[in-house]
Amino acid sequence: MESSILTLMIFFPLAGMITVFCLPSQAKDLIRWTAFAFTLPAFFLGIWLYQNFDTTTTALQFVVNVPWIESFNIRYFVGVDGVSISMILLTALLCPICILASWNIERAEKGYFALFLLLDTAMTGVFCAMDFFLFFIFWELMLLPMYFLIGIWGGPRREYAAIKFFLYTMLGSALMLVCMLVFYFQAGAVEGVGYTFDLTQLPAVAQHFQAEPLLFGFSLPQIMWLALFINFAVKIPAFPFHTWLPDAHVEAPTAISVILAGVLLKMGTYGILRVNYPLLPEETFFFAPYCLAALGAWNIVYGAFCALSQCFTEPKDLKKLVAYSSISHMGYVMLGMASFTPQGINGAVLQMFNHGTITAMLFLIVGVIYDRAHHRRIDGFGGLASVMPVYTGVMGLAFFAAMGLPGLSAFISEVLCLLGAWHTHKIPTLLGALTVIITASYLLWTIQQMFLGKPREEYADMHLSEINTRELCMLAPLGVIVVVLGFYPHAVLDLLDVSLQGLNEVVLSASTSSPDAAAVALR
Amino acid sequence: MNLGSIESLAYLYPEGILVLSILAIFLVDLCVEDKERLGNIALIGAALALVFTSGLSFFGVRFIEGLQGAGEGWLFHRMIALDSFAIFFKVILSLSVVGTVWMSLGSREINGPNQGEYYGILLASGLGMFFMASATNLLLAYLSLEFVSLTSYVLTGYLTRNRRSGEAALKYLIYGGVASGTMIYGMSWIFGLTGSLDYAEINAALLQNAPDHLTLFIALVLMLAGFGYKIAAVPFHMWAPDVYHGAPIPVTAFLSVGSKAAGFALLMRFFYPALSQSGDAGMWQFVPGVEWPQLMLIVAMVTMTLGNLAALNQHNVKRLLAYSSIAHAGYILMGFVVLSDEGLRAMLFYIVVYYLMNLGAFIVVMVVANNTGREDLEGFRGLAWRGGALPAAAMAIFLFSLTGLPPLAGFIGKFYLFAAVVKGQFYWLAVVGILNSVVSLYYYARIVKTMFLDEPSDLEGEVALDPHNGSLLAILSVATVVLGVYWAPVFDFADRSTRFFLGS
Repeated sequence: MESSILTLMIFFPLAGMITVFCLPSQAKDLIRWTAFAFTLPAFFLGIWLYQNFDTTTTALQFVVNVPWIESFNIRYFVGVDGVSISMILLTALLCPICILASWNIERAEKGYFALFLLLDTAMTGVFCAMDFFLFFIFWELMLLPMYFLIGIWGGPRREYAAIKFFLYTMLGSALMLVCMLVFYFQAGAVEGVGYTFDLTQLPAVAQHFQAEPLLFGFSLPQIMWLALFINFAVKIPAFPFHTWLPDAHVEAPTAISVILAGVLLKMGTYGILRVNYPLLPEETFFFAPYCLAALGAWNIVYGAFCALSQCFTEPKDLKKLVAYSSISHMGYVMLGMASFTPQGINGAVLQMFNHGTITAMLFLIVGVIYDRAHHRRIDGFGGLASVMPVYTGVMGLAFFAAMGLPGLSAFISEVLCLLGAWHTHKIPTLLGALTVIITASYLLWTIQQMFLGKPREEYADMHLSEINTRELCMLAPLGVIVVVLGFYPHAVLDLLDVSLQGLNEVVLSASTSSPDAAAVALR
Repeated sequence: MNLGSIESLAYLYPEGILVLSILAIFLVDLCVEDKERLGNIALIGAALALVFTSGLSFFGVRFIEGLQGAGEGWLFHRMIALDSFAIFFKVILSLSVVGTVWMSLGSREINGPNQGEYYGILLASGLGMFFMASATNLLLAYLSLEFVSLTSYVLTGYLTRNRRSGEAALKYLIYGGVASGTMIYGMSWIFGLTGSLDYAEINAALLQNAPDHLTLFIALVLMLAGFGYKIAAVPFHMWAPDVYHGAPIPVTAFLSVGSKAAGFALLMRFFYPALSQSGDAGMWQFVPGVEWPQLMLIVAMVTMTLGNLAALNQHNVKRLLAYSSIAHAGYILMGFVVLSDEGLRAMLFYIVVYYLMNLGAFIVVMVVANNTGREDLEGFRGLAWRGGALPAAAMAIFLFSLTGLPPLAGFIGKFYLFAAVVKGQFYWLAVVGILNSVVSLYYYARIVKTMFLDEPSDLEGEVALDPHNGSLLAILSVATVVLGVYWAPVFDFADRSTRFFLGS
C-alpha cells in the first residue's frame, strides 16, 4: 500500500480528467469543484510523503517496479529520492492553487480543466519516473495539454506562442529519444546489465562507450551529453534556447504561467540532475564549466537586463518582466549545479523549489491585477498601495523575496549557489552576485511606478477592488512557505542533502578517474 | 509443402470469399432497386475474409480454423506462399477493405446509382492485394500489381461528373503504365540473369554464380520504379498528390492505407527472401556486391524530407495528407534499409499503426466534406466550436499520432523504427528522421490549430457526426490511444509475422 503512493499521486488527476469529461458542460461550478477535488488527494499524499520520507538514505523510496512491455524490457518504474522529492511536493502544492487561479476561465471550462488535470498527471509522472522510457512518455505527454491550454485560453498572440513552445520542446525531446535508444542498445552489450531503460542501471553503461572522436572532435558520449543538455536547456530555458518563454508566458492564462514557471522550468534542471549527472558523469564534469556555469551566469545577467528593459521600453508588460526575471533566477540553479560542491548543489535544488514558489506568487499577483484592469502595463497604474493595501502587502512579500532579501527563502538558496560556485567558477559567480543590483533595480522601479505615489486620475474610474478571499487563499500558502524557508531552510534541505551529495560524489569520482579531468580538479 | 492447383483451393478461403462477394454484388446489382444494400454485402464479405484469415478465437477456444492453423507452404505450384508474413498482410488488407467499405457507406460522394460497381471493384482491388502480399513468383507479383493498379484507376475516376476525379484517374493511369512497364523490363533482366521467375530459384542462382554487379543493380533500379510507385516513394511519388486530391475520399483512404501496405509487402518479400540471405542474430545479408541499402537509405531520407517539406504549404487537407503519406513511406523505409528482423517487425508494426491513424484522419475529412462540401483547411475552421467537437478531438488524436507524440500509437511505431535504425548504427538516418518528425509537427498542428484555436466564421455551417461514421471513428481513435499505452499483443503479432516461407 505504501509503495503505491506515487502511483496514486500520478493517476488521481487522470481519474479526475475522465470524471470531468463525464460531467455536463453546463455545470460549470461542478466542473471547477470536481477538478479542485481531484488535485487535493495528491496534495495530502504529498504531506504524508514529506513526513514519511527517509532522509538518511540515497536509495529510492516508495518504489513500484513492474514490467510494462516485456519484449523490450520497458518497465513501469516509479520511485522518489532526494533529487525528486522537493519537485514532487512543489507540483502537488501548485496544482490545487492553479485550479483556484483558473476560476475565471470563461470558455469551454470542461476542456480546460480536463487538460489541466492531464498536465498534472504528466508533471508528477516526470518527477517520479525512474525508467527512461516512462520518463520520456510523461515528458512528451506534457506537450499536448500545454499546447491547447496556451493556444485556446491564451492572449491575443496565443497561436504563435503555443506553436513556438511546441516546436522548441519537440525538437529537444526528439534528441532525447535518440540518446535514450543509444543507451538502451549500449546497455545490451554490457555484461550484467542487458537491454534496459532502467535509470538506476544505466550508469554502469557510461564507461563502455567508445572514446574516439566521432564528430567535430567530440566523442559519442559527449555528443549525447550535448543532445540531452539541449533538450533540458530548452525547458530551463538556457540562453540561446530561451526565446519561446517570453512569448509563452505573456500569452498563457495566469494558472498556466504559474505551472510553466513553477514546475515546467524545473524539469530542465531536474532532467540534467536525473539523466546527465548519473548517466554521463565524466562528460558532465567536462562540460559543466561551459554549459552550466558560463551559460548560467549569462542567463542571470541577460535575464535581468531584459527584465530591466521592460521598465523602459514598450510594451512595458509586467508579465514579461516577471518572465525574464524567471530566466535570470534559473541561472543561479545552473551555476550552483556546476560547482560540484555540497553547498552549490544543495543550493541549486533549494533554489528550484524556492523559485517555484516565488515565481508562482509573482505570476498570480500579475493575474490578480490583470483580472481587474484587463491590462498589465507597468506605467498604467499608480498608487495602488492606497487602493489595494492588502494586495500591495502580498506583492511586497513576493517582490522582496524575488530580490533575495535576507529572511526570505530565495536569499538562502542564492547565497548557497554563489558560495558553492565561488571555489570553482570565480568570474561567473562574481557576475551572478553583481546582478543582484540589477534585479533590485527593476523590481523596485516596478513597485515605485505601480504601487507608490498618488493614484492616477485617468484610472480613477476603474474601481479596482481589493484582493478577494479566493485569491488570498491561493497566495497565502506560498507566502507562508517563502517566510518559513527564509528562516528554516532545513525543512527542505534535509530532504535533499544525502541524495545530492551521493550524486555529487558520482560525478567527482568519475572525473578523477580520467587523467585530464584530474588535472582540472587539482588546479 | 508444395501444393498443386486443386489442393491449393482448400487454403484459399479468404480469397474465395472475396470472389463470391464480388459476384454476389454484381448479380444483386442487376435486380435490386435499393442500391444501399450492396454496400452491406461488401462489408459482410470483407469481414468474413478477415475472420477466415485470422481465425476466430475467444478465450483460447478457436471457433473458426483460419489460415493461421494451416501451416506454411507454397500454393499453386510455388506461385504464392502461405506463411505468417502473408497472413499478417492479409489481416491488414482485409481490415483496410472493411474500413473503406464502412467509410463508403457513410460517404455522400459514393452514394449513387453506380454503387454496385464501386463496391465490386473495391473488393476486387482487395483481392489483388491479397495476392500481392503472398506472391513468390515475379509473374504473379506483376499480375497482381497490375490488377490492383487497374482497379485503382477505375475507383479513382468513380466520380464521373467531377473533372478532378477524371483528371486524377488519367494521371494515375499514365503514371502507372510507365512505372509497371519499367518494372517488367527490370524483371526481364532478372530473368535473364538467373533463368527463373521463382523467388527461391532466383535467390539460389544469385548466390551460386554471382552475376555482374552493375547489371543486377540496373535491374533492381528498374524494378524499384514499380515498387516505389505503389508505396509512393520519391522519385516515383508524383502521382500521389493529384490522385489523392481528385479521388473520392474513401478511395483516397484506401489507396493510402491498403495499396501502400500491399506495395510494402511486395517490396519486402522480393528484397528479403528473394535477394537476401538470413544470417545470424536476425540480421540479413544481401547478395554480395550490390549496395542497395545505401540506395534505399537515400530514397528513405529524400522521401520523408520531400514529403514533409511539400506538405508544409498545402491548403487542401487531402493533398496535405497525400504528402504526409509520402513522408510516412519514407519513415517505413527506415526499417527496410537496416537489413534486420528488428527493422522488418518495426515496419510491420508501423503499417498497423499507420492504418489506424491515417484511415481515421480521412474519415474526419469525409465527415467535414459530407457536411460542408469542403475539403480545404478553411472548411475545418473552428470545427470544435460548431458542433464538431468529437470529430475534431478524434482528428487531433490521429494527427498527433501521425506526428509521433506519446502516448499515442504513432509514437510507438516510430519508436520501434528508430530503435531498429539506432541499433544498426545508422545515426544520420535517425537524426534525419527525427528532424522530419519535428517538421511534420508544424503542418499537423496547423490543422489542429484551425480546428481548435481559430474562431468559426459565420459562413460554415454546423458539422454533425452521424452514428455510422461516429462508431468507426470511435473505434479507431480509442485503438490509437490504447496502442500507445499497451501495444504488446500487436507487437508480438508483428514479431511472429517476420517469418518468410523459404521452402523446406
